Amino acid sequence: MYQFNYHKPESVGEARSLFQDADDPMYLSGGMTLIPTMKQRLAAPTDLIDLSGIPEMTGIDVSGGKVTIGAFTPHNLVADSAQVRGTLPVLAEVAGLIGDNQVRNRGTIGGSVANSDPAADYPAAVVGLGADVVTESRTISGDDFFKDLFETELKPGEIITKIEFPVPTRAAYRKFPNPASRYAVVGVLIADFDGTIRVGVTGAGPCAFRASGIEEVLNDNLDPAALDGVEVPDAGFNSDLHASAEYRAHLVKVMAKRALEDLLNG
Amino acid sequence: MKISLTVNGEACEVDVSNNTLLVDILRTHLGLTGTHVGCDTSQCGACTVHVDGRAIKACTVIAPQADGMNVTTIEGIGTPDDLHPMQEAFRECHALQCGFCTPGMIMQAIDLVENNDNLDNRSIREGLEGNLCRCTGYHNIVRAIQSVADGG
Repeated sequence: MYQFNYHKPESVGEARSLFQDADDPMYLSGGMTLIPTMKQRLAAPTDLIDLSGIPEMTGIDVSGGKVTIGAFTPHNLVADSAQVRGTLPVLAEVAGLIGDNQVRNRGTIGGSVANSDPAADYPAAVVGLGADVVTESRTISGDDFFKDLFETELKPGEIITKIEFPVPTRAAYRKFPNPASRYAVVGVLIADFDGTIRVGVTGAGPCAFRASGIEEVLNDNLDPAALDGVEVPDAGFNSDLHASAEYRAHLVKVMAKRALEDLLNG
Repeated sequence: MKISLTVNGEACEVDVSNNTLLVDILRTHLGLTGTHVGCDTSQCGACTVHVDGRAIKACTVIAPQADGMNVTTIEGIGTPDDLHPMQEAFRECHALQCGFCTPGMIMQAIDLVENNDNLDNRSIREGLEGNLCRCTGYHNIVRAIQSVADGG
């Protein structure tokens, strides 16, 4: 790992101005991706701005029909939260399926979402539940947030402070994990908002997206058998040593079917 | 930079560069070589220690993050004459072959048992997702953890 300057601001405003003044800075949240990346010298920021010292960025709030998670909140806090389990159990389930226990004790929701790893779990929830990603200056709709491989709507220096999830009538998440890394080869989250279905997919494409074809079919007929005839086009899907694009497209359908069965039986 | 942290109940101060890893502070600067470095890429879990009672991978924490941390390593949970119940169970069940992964396995196993009820074979195996045993000796490790989870 190359040398870097280290900063630990106590407010979002201070973090922003540190970012502005530095040469080639990066924000550090849980560090579960950034630190391994720096160790491999694939990232070499001149300045690390550690967001762990900003108290208002950690915490869970359930009120006004929403579940709000502070950006610095680690995955296990969400997975084990009685409030989240009671109000939005699918989010606790998604959090509990990320990586391994040690990673879940350090990794944060803001870090995961800002990184836009194509195989991360949380993005499926942001897209599938139609969450709002809140930064220090604006609110970005979950539908518009993920742009491409490791690319988001965030501008340089912008900081996610919290993520607000609306509470659906019911929802379920299923993923096909890579057996070694536990990253999602494909993960599908289905949410039912009073009869309107949303489907968020991670792992399959360069970033998380809504599967509008599946949504259309399920809005007409909320039945796993209805998915048999659905064509999931694999154009632009990821193809690597873990799975071909064609196989990922197949998995989208299989995971959607299983998630829907869970949703209906839940 | 100078950082202060508490390791196994003792206040420590070390003078290290920013890019030093917590596992190197423990092993090189404090001489606590019970915490191992296996893969050094946050996959194998051999470097697992507790921070404020929860398991984390010490190869993926940099020195400035460790400032002020309360760390417990394998050296801090028991002594040869007074083993921690999880260490005792690992010995009793012969839950190790080469022993390299054992400190990390034990630290993660303690977190697992302390934070989960009704552990069974499957949930213990899932709980060990972040720890690799290159001898593939999982069977007895799971047995040892199950015996502690069952209260004996």
